[in-house]
Amino acid sequence: MMYKKNKDNIVIFSLEHENKKENLLGQNFAKSLLEIITKLEKESELKGVIILFTNNSSLSKYDVDSLIKFDKPDPCYEYIESQNAILRRIEKINVPVIAAIDGSISGLNIGLALACNYRISTHKKGLEFEFAEVKNGILPGYGSIARLTRIIGIEKSLNLLLNSYRFNVNEAIDFGFLDEFVSSKEDLIKRSTQWIKSNPNALQAWDRENFEFPHGDAHSSKNAALVSVYPAMIRKKTRGNFPAPETTLNIIVEGSLVDFETAIRIESRFYTQLLMHKSTKNIISANWFQLKKIKSGASRPSSVPETYIQKIGVLGAGLMGHGIAYVSAKAGIDVVMVDISKSSVDKGLYRINNILQSEVKKQSISEKTSKEIIGRVTGTNEYSKLNGCDFIIEAVFEDQKLKGSVTVEAEKNILNPKVFASNTSTIPITNLAEKSNNPEKFIGVHFFSPVNRMKLVEIIKGKKTSSHTLAKAFDFAIKIGKIPIVVNDSRGFYTTRVFQRYAQEGMSLLIEGNHPVDIESAGKAAGFPVGPLAVIDEISIQLLADIRDQSIKELNIETESKSDAPWNEVIDFMLDDAKRPGRAHEKGFYEYPKNSEKYIWSGLAKRFQSSQKPISQKEMVERFYFSQSIEAVRCLEEKVIESDVDANIGSIHGWGFPLFTGGVIQFVNNYGLKKFRDKANQLCKAYGKRFSPPQLLESMIKNGEKSFK
Amino acid sequence: MNESFIYDTIRTPRGKRKNGSLHEITPTDLLSKLMLALSDKHDLNTSDIDDVIIGCVMPVGDQGANIGKTAAQYAGWDIDVPGMQINRCCGSGLEAINLAAMKVRSGWEDLIIAGGIESMSRVPMGSDLGSMAYEPKVSLNNIYVPQGIGADLIATIDGYSRAELDELALQSQRRALAAHKKNKFKSMIPIVDQNNMLLLDRDEHVRENCTMEDLSSLKPAFSKIGQLGFDSFAKEKYPMIEKISHVHTAGNSSGIVDGASLAIIGSKAIGKKLNLKPRAIIRSIATCSTDPTIMLTGPAPATKKALERAKMNISDIDLIEVNEAFAAVVLRFMNEMNLNNMDNINVNGGSIAMGHPLGATGSILLGTLLDELEDQRKATGLVTLCVAGGMGIATIIERV
Repeated sequence: MMYKKNKDNIVIFSLEHENKKENLLGQNFAKSLLEIITKLEKESELKGVIILFTNNSSLSKYDVDSLIKFDKPDPCYEYIESQNAILRRIEKINVPVIAAIDGSISGLNIGLALACNYRISTHKKGLEFEFAEVKNGILPGYGSIARLTRIIGIEKSLNLLLNSYRFNVNEAIDFGFLDEFVSSKEDLIKRSTQWIKSNPNALQAWDRENFEFPHGDAHSSKNAALVSVYPAMIRKKTRGNFPAPETTLNIIVEGSLVDFETAIRIESRFYTQLLMHKSTKNIISANWFQLKKIKSGASRPSSVPETYIQKIGVLGAGLMGHGIAYVSAKAGIDVVMVDISKSSVDKGLYRINNILQSEVKKQSISEKTSKEIIGRVTGTNEYSKLNGCDFIIEAVFEDQKLKGSVTVEAEKNILNPKVFASNTSTIPITNLAEKSNNPEKFIGVHFFSPVNRMKLVEIIKGKKTSSHTLAKAFDFAIKIGKIPIVVNDSRGFYTTRVFQRYAQEGMSLLIEGNHPVDIESAGKAAGFPVGPLAVIDEISIQLLADIRDQSIKELNIETESKSDAPWNEVIDFMLDDAKRPGRAHEKGFYEYPKNSEKYIWSGLAKRFQSSQKPISQKEMVERFYFSQSIEAVRCLEEKVIESDVDANIGSIHGWGFPLFTGGVIQFVNNYGLKKFRDKANQLCKAYGKRFSPPQLLESMIKNGEKSFK
Repeated sequence: MNESFIYDTIRTPRGKRKNGSLHEITPTDLLSKLMLALSDKHDLNTSDIDDVIIGCVMPVGDQGANIGKTAAQYAGWDIDVPGMQINRCCGSGLEAINLAAMKVRSGWEDLIIAGGIESMSRVPMGSDLGSMAYEPKVSLNNIYVPQGIGADLIATIDGYSRAELDELALQSQRRALAAHKKNKFKSMIPIVDQNNMLLLDRDEHVRENCTMEDLSSLKPAFSKIGQLGFDSFAKEKYPMIEKISHVHTAGNSSGIVDGASLAIIGSKAIGKKLNLKPRAIIRSIATCSTDPTIMLTGPAPATKKALERAKMNISDIDLIEVNEAFAAVVLRFMNEMNLNNMDNINVNGGSIAMGHPLGATGSILLGTLLDELEDQRKATGLVTLCVAGGMGIATIIERV
């Protein structure tokens, strides 16, 4: 923290620590501000204040630690109001206060900048502003919505807040968020000083008698049209499962119709309501605390010191291979990407270039960075080039034999392999490791498609995988910006196994005679990105059949019983009779017309219609949650996965289990263990053994445990 | 004949216009909270409600688009409950009650929720820009002058002094304060926010330590606009007046506030069905119209009409609520009705102390009256209000 008064009697302060490792936590932000404002109010001869913003990273951006702890509204509201009051004091100090911005800002910093009388920024590349709170389920707080709308108007505020639109200096000037820009940091202080001298009586616009809302309040004719359509626009995205955007809209609209002080109170009341919402607590828990626990290495063997990876080899330049090569190179790792033919290699490189170009176009990276990234990737069809790689990832087609032969071939060419990882979603790692000379160095890393967008990596320990190998795979995943969860070897591991329940439940509902459109609507209402039938089309019905057949073979049984696996009838019908294997063949549960949106294939309802009364959407939604949560509890019971945090985060980031539930295990916690068990028993009786409550649940209830921890 | 019964009345506290506690709550929200409180209180199966009638004088902006129906829906009442908003200016809240009584007496409907809402801090008077005042050919033809000029005109014609008016105002404040201290307003329920945190539980316009000195120090409120031309314009119609004395101030006129109120009006049969006990029967109702320029002389003629319909004399009425839109309105009413004291008039204070949320006041007064009749174990009561445009409205009730 820096605070000094210069010869012009202007105080320049910054909340940032010089030592960047020493984080100023969200809750300390207000505390520090309070100290500063108290000091400022006591300054004699004070002429102005310049708040210097240089680096966002040394500040914890959000105050979630404080906000999540309230379980009653009164203290929560009081806390929010007390924070607001601090900013209000800074805003109302009787000298000009300038935000002098020399680095990207967001979160609490941007709230402070809004409370300043004037905002100046240096004009430099990469300097950006963002309101990322709403997409993360919370609000900017501090009265920022009341201020932002009163500075840039309602329409632009909606875009910045609801879409977390990142804006640069030019746009900030254009919106009216910034008042001025300068070319260097020296000019920043110079211009701030000048402005202070020429505006000694600066007042916030909203504290003036004749304040007029920029571009009109929510009832102005132009905004009224927006206000009437935004609720539906938000619902289209959230389906009512994600409360923060609705809350934001309410605050913007209602806050614009009253004076500033009342607007702040309205904001605090709505924010309190949002924070009391179970979904918000789940979202904060998942997005911050559970994620933090994973990243801090809770599932990583602590005995192994941090490992570093310089160069990796990727076997296969296809769908997964090129993606893995891309994310690794982007993280600064040298990559050797090997495929069987020159043309396959070129195709992979071409795809990497495509991703880079779109990133450049979006301005998320520069042309120069793009060139550096592709420069780190060596594409080749010679295995010998793999020598010197300290981490090999095999990412060829999902076929045990092929993977085995590639493993043998690669190991021949690497003198000193440290880790050999196989990217697979279903094949047991222990089986694959048998082909390796060093099974203790063999591990599974399950990436999700598209690799550059999906954050999860499921790390699978084989029977003989060493803790050093696990640590190395874990560190690699962290290094490339992924979220690693650690699971034990078993068919389908964790994610594929639990996710399958969603697909299976969709098909079970179909067999019972529920209309496919109802089933899909229920999936979306539950908060899944797409309905179960649509998702099956994407992964292909054939894949489900293959997994099933493989598992039947392994279990050494003839077939699964009809009551245990009612969905098999649907799979067989779709493949054998209807010959509609999925999206890739443009024929599945859906029709895929060339130039228009997909729609449910009419033969589906005909084949599976029944005279039975359809079940309610609520029941369908519960079955989707329960079938998956029960399977996840079984995974914990069988120690396929050992941490509830890994299970939750894996479900959210692996297959889109709804974030607002807090994850597949948190759903059970929220439901209540006993209530969950009773409902599971009910469902089991009505729909089959897949709903039977696992023993682990029973024993936890017996021991008086209230939740998975 | 189907009789109309009042099964219950309920109201919000009244919030001040400036820095008022209800300013931050939208009218739809406020009204629906009250609706929910009412249906919860009586465990109403809301699909039994035949109609909702809500008086609102500025039905635009926050209060537009039929707030009667919108609020019922937002309150979570059954989708088969219809609703409407009506406007008889300051008589709207009572008109809603009267219409409900007529619906029930017609025999076609059995259960009506009637009342009013006005959030004057959010939708100020004049927001609708109606032709009464804002269309010159109309206001010229009708000789429209602002109500305050009309009130001063009444005082001038009848010869009420500033002191008389201020004394009435002081009495209103003292009575209102005493009533709050004694918890007299049984119909009033606290209003909470979306987190169940208290917003307001008393009429916050009431002054703790109001004195004659305070009141007499206030400036006349309408002399400026009178001098601009309205005094002269009014005198076109009242040529016998030499000079209008501007005796009304912010202190002896009604307060500008936010508030809402509701009543359950129904037939005998529905009461039995829902296991509700009737509190009073509506004996008669009346509306009337007088000169629109002086505007505020409606209460007495409306009362006479209502008395005649009920076959009653004013001496048969135990307690009276006459709206204190302006102090002179009450005095004119007493004068015309030959009432020489306020012992049974506005005994818990009135709109001067507690405020006059235009569309809601009529039904607020009904509740205040009924609570007091029960308290005093009296039988008959009258509510009457002056109404913009020259009208008057009255309702006579009797406890059962």
